[in-house]
Amino acid sequence: MKSLEELRELRAELEKEISARNSEGKPKIIIGMGTCGIAAGARDILQAVTQELRKRNLDVITTQTGCIGMCEQEPLMDVQLPGQDRITYGKITAKDVERIVVEHLINGNVVAELAVARLEEGGV
Amino acid sequence: MNPKFYRSHVLVCTGTGCVSSGSNSVKDRLLVKLEEFGLQDEIKVVETGCHGFCEQGPIVIVYPEGVFYCRIQADDIHEIVEEHLLKGRIVHRLLYTEQGTDARIPAYSDIDFYKKQHRIVLANCGRIDPESIKEYIAAKGYEACGRALTEMTPEEVIAEVKKSGLRGRGGAGFPTGLKWEFTRQSPGEKKYVICNADEGDPGAFMDRSLLEGDPHRIIEGMIIAAYAIGADEGYIYVRAEYPLAIRRLEIALQQAREYGLLGDDIFGSGFSFELKIKKGAGAFVCGEETALMASIEGQRGMPRPKPPFPSVSGLWGKPTNINNVETFGNIPDIIRRGAEAYRAIGTEKSTGTKVFALTGKINNTGLVEVPMGMSLREIIYEIGGGVSDGRDLKAVQIGGPSGGCIPANLLDLPIDYESLQEVGAMMGSGGMVVMDDSTCMVDVARFFLKFTQSESCGKCTPCREGTKRMLEILDRLCSGEGREGEIELLEELGEHIIATSLCQLGGSAPNPVLSTIHYFRDEYEAHIKERRCPANVCAGMAAPYVIDEAICIGCTACIRLCPTGAISGARKQPHVIDPQLCISCGACAVKCPVKAIAQG
Repeated sequence: MKSLEELRELRAELEKEISARNSEGKPKIIIGMGTCGIAAGARDILQAVTQELRKRNLDVITTQTGCIGMCEQEPLMDVQLPGQDRITYGKITAKDVERIVVEHLINGNVVAELAVARLEEGGV
Repeated sequence: MNPKFYRSHVLVCTGTGCVSSGSNSVKDRLLVKLEEFGLQDEIKVVETGCHGFCEQGPIVIVYPEGVFYCRIQADDIHEIVEEHLLKGRIVHRLLYTEQGTDARIPAYSDIDFYKKQHRIVLANCGRIDPESIKEYIAAKGYEACGRALTEMTPEEVIAEVKKSGLRGRGGAGFPTGLKWEFTRQSPGEKKYVICNADEGDPGAFMDRSLLEGDPHRIIEGMIIAAYAIGADEGYIYVRAEYPLAIRRLEIALQQAREYGLLGDDIFGSGFSFELKIKKGAGAFVCGEETALMASIEGQRGMPRPKPPFPSVSGLWGKPTNINNVETFGNIPDIIRRGAEAYRAIGTEKSTGTKVFALTGKINNTGLVEVPMGMSLREIIYEIGGGVSDGRDLKAVQIGGPSGGCIPANLLDLPIDYESLQEVGAMMGSGGMVVMDDSTCMVDVARFFLKFTQSESCGKCTPCREGTKRMLEILDRLCSGEGREGEIELLEELGEHIIATSLCQLGGSAPNPVLSTIHYFRDEYEAHIKERRCPANVCAGMAAPYVIDEAICIGCTACIRLCPTGAISGARKQPHVIDPQLCISCGACAVKCPVKAIAQG
């Protein structure tokens, strides 16, 4: 370690390694993993999300949830940016994942044609 | 591309407590199961240090949700992997249940045991992999060290530590900044810094947990101290019976060298520092600083008179600064967040937090870190979950063999250096042994004195002879042979030993006896005057057991069990205990299926 700057640069790089342990103020992706979701291919979606986040080096919290009743629309994937409404995307495929990540997660624009619901921030 | 991104981290505690309850096999099974379900590229397994909640071990935490699974065995892993990690469903049956309720609590942060704690020193324990310097750096590690070495003068570092109000966490509570200043001002080219990790109090395990769970924090604290006092060499004196702590320290030291955080020209500041581990053989007296230094020098671990203090003439006659593990653990935060922020925690004269090892008759055995000034009641009932088996609290022993017993009626006492001293206890290193109403205070005093007596190095007469005589008296009291006037004799001996012993081993050894006499004199008197042990603990004085003939069903279970053959009686006839033969071990009462046996 030759300077304080070197340490700080290294830390900026390393912080991502433990970032999954701190969820505060971070964007979130939630995948429906009820029986309906799994049957409709939610597992593939989850893997595609992990790949996509890894590829683009993004610091995003990925969690799963159970059936929310919209089984018809599975696989469901929610995206929530900090302080914004939670958007539910329905009937998505592994291919849609990249588009949602780029347009919504990175650029902040909801992909309207895939969205099926909007939960207001602070709502359940 | 970030190949290091994992959507979920599973933290498995591999502190000594959890390892002994099986966390290594939990971790192995987890790795196997993740492969089986094809999750190994999505989920990372991290071994961490102690979470403090050893009672509930082995502990497994799943992030990003922060779900706290407790008492996990290898056979539970399949369910966690399939349900939680694959499908996202929390496994409710493995969650923590708060004492006295049925509610299962998923989140780490919602558990009472953690809610009231304030973790500074233990902030990383259980959150990062102690064998990875990368995780420590990611958690803002070595930032304080970098700033101190490149942006502050040694005098500024000392001023900041003085301003923080930090006092030695090893027991006596001497202001740390002042100690550093003395060592800095001592003339001499060569100086040393030593970390005292010779933790020896029965029931104390905070230093061990800290070294196992976050070794880099201690190294960082020591580098800052060395820079402040002008030392280029340091030692960590740790007992050999802490193998895991030593192994993790060795790994941490190696990593720190590789990253240029130890060695020459650290952070390009021109400052150089080298750090070594010295393994102690586990003699209690080596926790005394002058004995510790003698031991490092290769001599027999015995104390010498002070002055000269180590800050003037320490290791090999050079100015030396010795601090406890936890003291060093506070340093990085003080430098990184500033003395003002640190001062805001705790009380006016006892700033910051203190780590306590909660043991004894308490529901939540474990390691807790609380702001100074918190009351005993809060620590025992709100964090510790109260006395186990629903019994009543009798006393709390604080400060180990050097400390004293605080009776239940002083529960609202704020825990800080001054308050503890006022009631005849001391902070000590932070052992807190909770005792319920089945405890005999004379027996407790005897236990601690027996420990210090056998650990006395024998160099000075008051400690060597005095503790021996005191122990003989206590042995007599506990076997029902106490004589009139012996309580007064204990007090007199104790006061002399405290006043005249060479070091603090002898200087504090009588404390457990004197404080129990002070608060529980009636129990001592009962042992002498009535030849009775009120708590029915002391063998030879405990009342013999009696069988209630009306309840006894004559099953003979007790007859077969009794180690002295004191019980007789035919099958299906009421049995009888011979009081002359009964040794009051109580085994029969535990075994009896109809609860017909009780102490008479």
